[in-house]
Amino acid sequence: MTSDDLDTVRARERAAFAAAPCRLAVCTAAGCLSSGAGAVRDALERTAADGADSPGLRIIGTGCLGLCHAGPLLRVFRAGAPDVTYAHATPDLAAAVVRQLPDGRLPDERQLPAMHPFFAHQHPVVLENAGRIDCERIEDYVAAGGYAALQQAMTEMKPDDVIREVVASGLRGRGGAGYPTGLKWSTVAKARGAGKFVVCNADEGDPGAFMDRSVLEGDPHRVIEGMAIAGFAVGAEQGYIYVRGEYPLAVSRLRVAIRQAERMDLLGQRILDTPFSFRIDVRIGAGAFVCGEETALIASIEGKRGAPRPRPPYPASFGLWGRPTLINNVETYANIPPIIRSGGAAYARLGTERSKGTKVFALAGAIVNTGLIEVPMGTSLRQIIFDIGGGIPDGRSFKAAQTGGPSGGCIPASHLDLPVDYEALAGIGSIMGSGGLIVMDDRSCMVDVARFFMEFCRDESCGKCIPCRAGTVQMHTLLMRMTTGVAAERDLTLLEQLADMVTRTSLCGLGQTAANPVVSTLRHFRDEYMAHILEHRCPAGVCRMPRAPERAS
Amino acid sequence: MTAPDAHREPTTTLAPTAGPTTAGRPADNRFKILDATIKRHRRQPDALLEVLHTAQELFGYLDRETLTYVGRALRVPPSRVYGVATFYNFFSLKPKGAHSCVVCLGTACYVKGADRILAAVQQAYHVPPHGTTPDGQLSLATARCIGACGLAPAAVFDGDIAGRMTPAAAVARIAPWMPHDQ
Ligand SMILES: Cc1cc2nc3c(=O)[nH]c(=O)nc-3n(C[C@H](O)[C@H](O)[C@H](O)COP(=O)(O)O)c2cc1C
Ligand code: FES
Repeated sequence: MTSDDLDTVRARERAAFAAAPCRLAVCTAAGCLSSGAGAVRDALERTAADGADSPGLRIIGTGCLGLCHAGPLLRVFRAGAPDVTYAHATPDLAAAVVRQLPDGRLPDERQLPAMHPFFAHQHPVVLENAGRIDCERIEDYVAAGGYAALQQAMTEMKPDDVIREVVASGLRGRGGAGYPTGLKWSTVAKARGAGKFVVCNADEGDPGAFMDRSVLEGDPHRVIEGMAIAGFAVGAEQGYIYVRGEYPLAVSRLRVAIRQAERMDLLGQRILDTPFSFRIDVRIGAGAFVCGEETALIASIEGKRGAPRPRPPYPASFGLWGRPTLINNVETYANIPPIIRSGGAAYARLGTERSKGTKVFALAGAIVNTGLIEVPMGTSLRQIIFDIGGGIPDGRSFKAAQTGGPSGGCIPASHLDLPVDYEALAGIGSIMGSGGLIVMDDRSCMVDVARFFMEFCRDESCGKCIPCRAGTVQMHTLLMRMTTGVAAERDLTLLEQLADMVTRTSLCGLGQTAANPVVSTLRHFRDEYMAHILEHRCPAGVCRMPRAPERAS
Repeated sequence: MTAPDAHREPTTTLAPTAGPTTAGRPADNRFKILDATIKRHRRQPDALLEVLHTAQELFGYLDRETLTYVGRALRVPPSRVYGVATFYNFFSLKPKGAHSCVVCLGTACYVKGADRILAAVQQAYHVPPHGTTPDGQLSLATARCIGACGLAPAAVFDGDIAGRMTPAAAVARIAPWMPHDQ
């Protein structure tokens, strides 16, 4: 298939699209599926087949619509009418929707308000296709403008031009550290040596984060397109996507998508009849958090234990099998097609001075609207949590937001107006991380939260370097002493010293950031630590302290 | 809810003799599938993880013979095979129960009280976390986030994700798998 052939496919699909004045989109991401989206879809299809009087009706299974807690979600698109979204859809409701469509009077029950604040305040770029395309049909993606960026890169641009656009976009890595993507691409492009690799980090190890999963499940071609463009730009012919073993649905959708792309000559030998060839293979993780770290991930793809190694040399010069390797996160690649399509400068208009574009966040914990959102960088935490997230349920009050997972920190209420970008979050002792945002109300104990994350790091430490292997065990023991009410003040001093030592001396990012949750909770919630230590009391009422010395009350 | 017994051969999970070096026994299809995977990867040592994934899918767990077999086929020393198999949480060197319950203990689920779900299941069926009941019916495991955080607390029952769990609902979901005198 040539670039012109692809244009023909796109035109044909768009015509078919225009001829179908009505689309019913069921969210078929893992969350809604577990709430019964499969039965809703069956009911839609059965009723539509029975009626046989619904020409121009298309039923699609689509990517995450975002509002996971209200699943299964069903969205109705009609030509010339506003979209309607149903929450907690049932098979009966679905059947009623199909039957009533011809008269144009849809059922009222379970409809979300037209301008639901959850959707109104968002700005989708990465998630632009969520709800609009069927995640298992490449034709839908093509009709929505998909693979146009790859066409453009291959037919009108040189690798250097592509890299120039990525640099101009100001895009920074979405995997956590925020390294400038354009700079990384040009380093790999300049690296000497044949047989370069492009790797997509879909390990998404940070618990409480599911952005990458949703992108892979809902719009896998976007990631494939981003990787192919990267391969073209840096001069690589082979790509790997390393997906967490916990995401079977993402793996299967990705495999389907890769096969479809190969059939249309968008992957494989001589892409779009040009001299450029690019293959993608999927590798499945096996449940080790540290494998999200880039050098450990490389070891894992090579079939070894996922132990990190010191950097430099960075993967950009010495990566997979010793070859120059580009490693980026799922969301980073997903941003590439729009950057190439509309130009880096247009992308850079979104966001803040040093953090451009949008960020996808996974909202979870003590918040009304749990789910997936995308906002421009620089949006305040207050807007995210209260306007989009709907605030704190059960009449409780906000206590802290946790970002960055086990490498991140807790943000207290006093910083709610902070614009969320890489620098601002780092400035108050947390990190952007990959986008997991967990809200805690007054029923969460911050010392126990620190203990929880330290337990995580202790279990997930690969054991290669001593500060991390032994330090996390010791810090966890100290935190356990606090949460069980047997700690003394000297334990706190020891904890702070250890936190500093482990941060400075660990081999990889896991150990270097393992103390962050401790340091950040100490910074913002020191009084809670003191209550545990001096009064053997847990102000939030979480920690049980059976062994605590008698307290004079 | 359907129990997956239909496609599960009775010997898969509990017979420790189901190793691949059982030459002379009636040909077991599963070895053929394993061999096909090994061949597809052209016996490359790098394919160790892929092959172990396949082996575990086929046999339910990795016993000593399977590990030795895979090591020979890929020309990887036993120490490295064992090192890899024990490094990754997914690989199990012990047989698993007929049914599985995985309770997510990730951050979102932790905030929503997942520890109470784990405790309830443990107590109701006398099974330790990462353990199996003596009758081999139920294996209990924990996870570090299954990506269903929007529906926290979440658990997985025989591969099906269930959101908004409560301790009672988790116990009830397992009940049909267990002998009635529990
Ligand atoms: C312990 C640890 C875990 C990590 N886990 C992930 C992960 O799950 N996903 C990810 O994209 N990056 C993860 N990273 C960051 C990667 O090492 C790497 O920086 C990233 O994949 C680069 O892609 P980016 O520039 O597009 O962000 C992790 C880093 C560390 C130290
Ligand atoms: S934390 Fe439990 S599903 Fe993510």
